[in-house]
Amino acid sequence: MATQATENVVRPPRQSLGLVGWLRANLFNTWWNGLITLLMLWLVGQVLFNFVAWAITAPGWVAVITNMRLFFVGRYPAELVWRVELGVWLVALLLGLSAGIWRGLSLALAVAFGALFLVVAGFALFLPAGEQPKLIPTPLFLIGTTALIGVGYALGSRLGARLRWPVIIAWLLAYPLLVLLIRGFSAEGVLTLVDTNLWGGLMLTLLLAVTGIVCSFPLGVLLALGRRSSLPIIKWFCVCYIELIRGVPLVTVLFMAQIMLPLFLPQGVSVDNLVRAMVAITLFSAAYLAENVRGGLQAIPRGQEEAARALGLNPVQTTLFITLPQALRAVIPVLVGQFISLFKDTSLVTIVGLSDLVGMSQSIIAQPAWTQVSGGVWRETFLFVAVIFWIFCFTMSRASQQIERNLNVGKF
Amino acid sequence: MQSVALDGHQKEDIIVCEDVNKWYGEFHVLKDVSLKVKKGEVVVVCGPSGSGKSTFIRTLNRLEEHQEGRIVVDGIEMSNDIRNIDAIRREVGMVFQQFNLFPHLTVMDNITLAPLWVRKVSRKEADETALRLLEKVGISEQAKKFPGQLSGGQQQRVAIARALAMKPRIMLFDEPTSALDPEMIKEVLDVMKTLARDGMTMLCVTHEMGFAREVADRIVFFDQGKIVEEGPPAQIFANPRHERTRLFLSQIL
Ligand SMILES: Nc1ncnc2c1ncn2[C@@H]1O[C@H](COP(=O)(O)OP(=O)(O)O)[C@@H](O)[C@H]1O
Ligand SMILES: [Mg+2]
Repeated sequence: MATQATENVVRPPRQSLGLVGWLRANLFNTWWNGLITLLMLWLVGQVLFNFVAWAITAPGWVAVITNMRLFFVGRYPAELVWRVELGVWLVALLLGLSAGIWRGLSLALAVAFGALFLVVAGFALFLPAGEQPKLIPTPLFLIGTTALIGVGYALGSRLGARLRWPVIIAWLLAYPLLVLLIRGFSAEGVLTLVDTNLWGGLMLTLLLAVTGIVCSFPLGVLLALGRRSSLPIIKWFCVCYIELIRGVPLVTVLFMAQIMLPLFLPQGVSVDNLVRAMVAITLFSAAYLAENVRGGLQAIPRGQEEAARALGLNPVQTTLFITLPQALRAVIPVLVGQFISLFKDTSLVTIVGLSDLVGMSQSIIAQPAWTQVSGGVWRETFLFVAVIFWIFCFTMSRASQQIERNLNVGKF
Repeated sequence: MQSVALDGHQKEDIIVCEDVNKWYGEFHVLKDVSLKVKKGEVVVVCGPSGSGKSTFIRTLNRLEEHQEGRIVVDGIEMSNDIRNIDAIRREVGMVFQQFNLFPHLTVMDNITLAPLWVRKVSRKEADETALRLLEKVGISEQAKKFPGQLSGGQQQRVAIARALAMKPRIMLFDEPTSALDPEMIKEVLDVMKTLARDGMTMLCVTHEMGFAREVADRIVFFDQGKIVEEGPPAQIFANPRHERTRLFLSQIL
């Protein structure tokens, strides 16, 4: 029925210009525009040429390559690194399973993760053997990670719905399990204790960021709801907390957690340095998150709440089923933006003595072997760190777009 | 507290309002409003914009609080007791001018949410009821869609189905067709007429006088927060007693 009238449809005129036409229309349409184009081309060429020339001859890459382990796990004992790698495999498997079950976002993430590891695996094959024997050789580890994603995906898409709840529970258990695996508990034996001051590099950065994101999210939502509460005590507590935290820089909060926290705790109780930093980041991020979520809540028309109440839903149900889901999906881009900046802000923990990715690169630069190199190796090192940060932040930002697209189905 | 003494005459009155007064700050919105609605009666509320019609019907399910007077709905006295308010809301369905469907839920979930969580019926029963109601309002093929994918008239019919899913004894309508394009008004009014013929007690704020003439048992005319006139449609249309009513009718008819 719908195709009957196709012959009478008037099509829009074709507007293809071809390459030359496009160039003329956009870059060389006037003589001064053409001049600017040529000038810019020359400038970009210069910068690119110089950069590539430097990158090829730079002496610092050796420093980056030989210190790869420091970048990724810090001073974590080399003979125990397999525990971290086991943890990564666990995450890879779960990611693959989720991708198979839910497709969409988790598929995108799994592909990004897998591709990243495959690329790194390609490089790793050409690397010189590490200074210490490792239980899992690097190429095996990287290829194994990718393979596990694939296995998980195959399993997930075959079994589908039946694995849904087990996988959700596994994700919830994964974090404590991972920490247990990395930290260990016994003085000797299977899982010997590895003190947190040996943790470092990307592993530490990721732990700080994931903990901060996962813990500050519920806390921030509660603060946002509390700020709108009709109970004055709750309301004012939330307002004071949010305004207080938002009024000070993260560095201050980190210092407070390091130096002041012990004063409040009873004698003899000591809190791990890393945990203090995690708490500080969580508390800091929650205040900002609360304000973002509150913005989303305020954008919901009053009619939504009225309709829910008129149907007999109580205030908790109304919030849980009606206002909060709508508010959260309205602020997803803002929240992801905030998580990205949280991820980058974790590098501030260097100031309180933790060796995250940035802290680690500072100590690599200061190694005696590299201080003699003329000009030092800080350019290569920081470029490498920047690329790692960029990959993670870019992935998060793409993930946010994917979530928006998934949720936009049939909206408004 | 639960039920008030009812004498023989009042037995049929499912809504009783006595001298209801309400202020927004200093502004006196409802002035000594008294109204009784019998079970199965269809009452149309009309009057100029800003006269307090919405405010009045919203006091009947406590979306607005009244400050003086007495409201008894289905034998339950409206008080600050949250249990009474919840009990009343279970018996009273409401349809809004702007539909107020939940945009993040499918049509099906919009309808089954309250029965599942408030009436605590089983998922199977809720789904069956929802499908039956969607059929009744004539859009059973849209169950899987989101509200944003429906036309205004379809959305309003979903909203009616959503209210009916709670099996209310009373339905309140606040200008249900005012936000609709003319060609969609009829489909919504048709659903409301069916509902009226099935014996539902209805209180409708509407300016659709054709609807009032056809199904209303009584028309109540509001002006400046007061009920200035009430009576059967035939009488109100033929010879309105009050000057304001006459003026209003001449403007909209
Ligand atoms: N939340 C409110 N606060 C203050 N005044 C209000 C509020 N809601 C309504 N009003 C006022 O109360 C009067 C009656 O409103 P309403 O019941 O919506 O009238 P109607 O539905 O008859 O058009 C109007 O003058 C309106 O401005
Ligand atoms: Mg109104």
